[in-house]
Amino acid sequence: MIASDFTTVLPEVLLSLYAMLALVVFVYTGKDRHAVLSIWLTSGAFLFLALILAMGTPTGTASFGGMFIDDSFARFCKIVILLSAALVLVMGQDYAAKHDMLKFEYPLLVALSVVGMMVMVSAGSLLTLYMGLELQSLALYVIAAFRRDSAKSTEAGLKYFVLGALSSGLLLYGTSLVYGFAGTVEFSGIMAATSGGDLSIGLLLGLVFVIAGMGFKVSAAPFHMWAPDVYEGAPTPVTAFFATAPKMAAMGLFARVVHDAFGGVTADWQQVVAVLSVFSMFLGAVAAIGQKDIKRLMAYSSIAHMGFALMGLAAGTVFGVQAMLIYMAIYISMNIGMFALILSMERDGRPVSDIASLCMLSKYQPLRALCVVFIMFSMAGVPPMVGFFGKFYVLRAAYEANMAWLAIAGVVASVIGAYYYIRIVYFMYFGAESEPLDTQTPRRLTVILVASTAVITVGAAFSLFGIEPLAQLAAESLAN
Amino acid sequence: MGIAELAFYAFSMSTLIGGIFTVVARNPVHSVLWLILAFLSAAGLFVLLGAEFVAMLLIIVYVGAVAVLFLFVVMMLDVDFAELKAEMAKYLPLGLVIGVIVLMQLMFAFGVWDYSAGYEGRLAAEFGAGTNTGELGAILYDDYILIFQLAGLVLLVAMIGAIVLTLRHRVDVKRQDVIAQMMRDPAKAMELKDVKPGQGL
Repeated sequence: MIASDFTTVLPEVLLSLYAMLALVVFVYTGKDRHAVLSIWLTSGAFLFLALILAMGTPTGTASFGGMFIDDSFARFCKIVILLSAALVLVMGQDYAAKHDMLKFEYPLLVALSVVGMMVMVSAGSLLTLYMGLELQSLALYVIAAFRRDSAKSTEAGLKYFVLGALSSGLLLYGTSLVYGFAGTVEFSGIMAATSGGDLSIGLLLGLVFVIAGMGFKVSAAPFHMWAPDVYEGAPTPVTAFFATAPKMAAMGLFARVVHDAFGGVTADWQQVVAVLSVFSMFLGAVAAIGQKDIKRLMAYSSIAHMGFALMGLAAGTVFGVQAMLIYMAIYISMNIGMFALILSMERDGRPVSDIASLCMLSKYQPLRALCVVFIMFSMAGVPPMVGFFGKFYVLRAAYEANMAWLAIAGVVASVIGAYYYIRIVYFMYFGAESEPLDTQTPRRLTVILVASTAVITVGAAFSLFGIEPLAQLAAESLAN
Repeated sequence: MGIAELAFYAFSMSTLIGGIFTVVARNPVHSVLWLILAFLSAAGLFVLLGAEFVAMLLIIVYVGAVAVLFLFVVMMLDVDFAELKAEMAKYLPLGLVIGVIVLMQLMFAFGVWDYSAGYEGRLAAEFGAGTNTGELGAILYDDYILIFQLAGLVLLVAMIGAIVLTLRHRVDVKRQDVIAQMMRDPAKAMELKDVKPGQGL
């Protein structure tokens, strides 16, 4: 390892050192009494690293013999991951304090999983990819089961673990096939092996296995079965985390593999990704209609959103990657707002996640109800909201890549999906009278809800806060 | 047929037999024992390849630690395997269909095995002249240092996870306190009472 290698992984090294150091310090001092401090410190560390990454310029070169890539694409994904993880950690603090989750290990496990995510989006070889993915997933399995005295949480952790292990197996099997046929696991080597557009059947099979494994991680249909159960069973702050940062990491990884390693054989993976996209969009839209639990609903909603993000990827162009990145950033900002509401849904001090409990929210909490209206319209893709622009970008990417059928399928799925988003609005304003929720909600959740609403409402007027040129830069560095 | 070939076929056969019986054995304890046989034969194959270090690692780590741990888990957990099998039988047809499809795909893939053009240049470098252990160490701590450290982090997360999910600090139990126990003074710990006959305390 030479000095320049070290500087490229500096953010990851700093974060892991922080996690290990904090672990030792907290064990020997206050243990769980310092849990709140641990949350704030970890959030601070995330923000600090995001700042470092935003200030510095990407080296653009591959270090460690091509195993680790630091380019604009990696930086874009890492900043989104770090910011969303920092916000979600702070959001969950009140819930954790109330429901016996205030342990100092929780933020540190989140920090270690973020290290894994940062490695994932920077992976330059299938080996790095796998190590990052395992580091991320293992920490996520643990935090899914974090309320160990709750049967549901334990069940969620176990289900996630078993299905995650299965998906890792598929991914590894694909990796071994790719290695066997291409002779290397480095992305640059695979790119060279597939140059000229010839893809041997073994390599194609390996690619399909790898895509299936990654499909599990982004919870794209038909590899989505774990998502609703895990989202419902996991403690709400953990669900909020699942719906944000890991999705960005997995989509970044997906884009990295198909463009960096298999960029020469676009037509071969394009159809697979397009099929995943269509399945996810329709399954997410249709299966969500019958849901009664808002966390399950959010799981199906995230499956549908992943379908749209995959549509950008299926285009196989630079603009497609750019559209995917913009879509993911918008998706995460909407989800943070929505989970700020779900985290505050309580009745007599106990968390409720029944959609019907939102009935007539507008009567006693008009501000929050109004915010949710904006978020729901944005998720459904109604024009002035940024959610519309996210969908517009991916649809345009698909259309420009001569995949008009995919774009049409997307529009149809989005219309179906609008039903259940708007149903929530209906419940809040015209629903049947029911026992009201607790009105004493933590102030920081209200602030985040309002801020997220403000961002997604006026975002379009400020040209999406300049995210578009950044995403373009990132996409160009990936797919060239 | 030389000794080496004979040994190769013998080890391959016992690896395969061990693998098959791991799956089909009715008693889970027997399964684990068959698994150990498979590991041992695979170690023999590694020796034939000239990879003694990996062979010994396989025996020490897999046979010595992992398989024995399995054995303990299987013996200590009260899992009703007959019930599990009945549950499995429901999904057997679908599983078989998927299995056959995947098997056929793999036959397509392996039937026309052709490396991508120019794979020789991309293969990992040949081993140097040093010993097995030395060469592996050089690669592991030099080229693959990043991966190696990440693997360490994965293990750390596994350890934290196991502790977080299982450790319980119970307050209502008596714990050993070695210092306090050793420093006990018989004069203070005991109190002698002279009980008069015919009277209680």
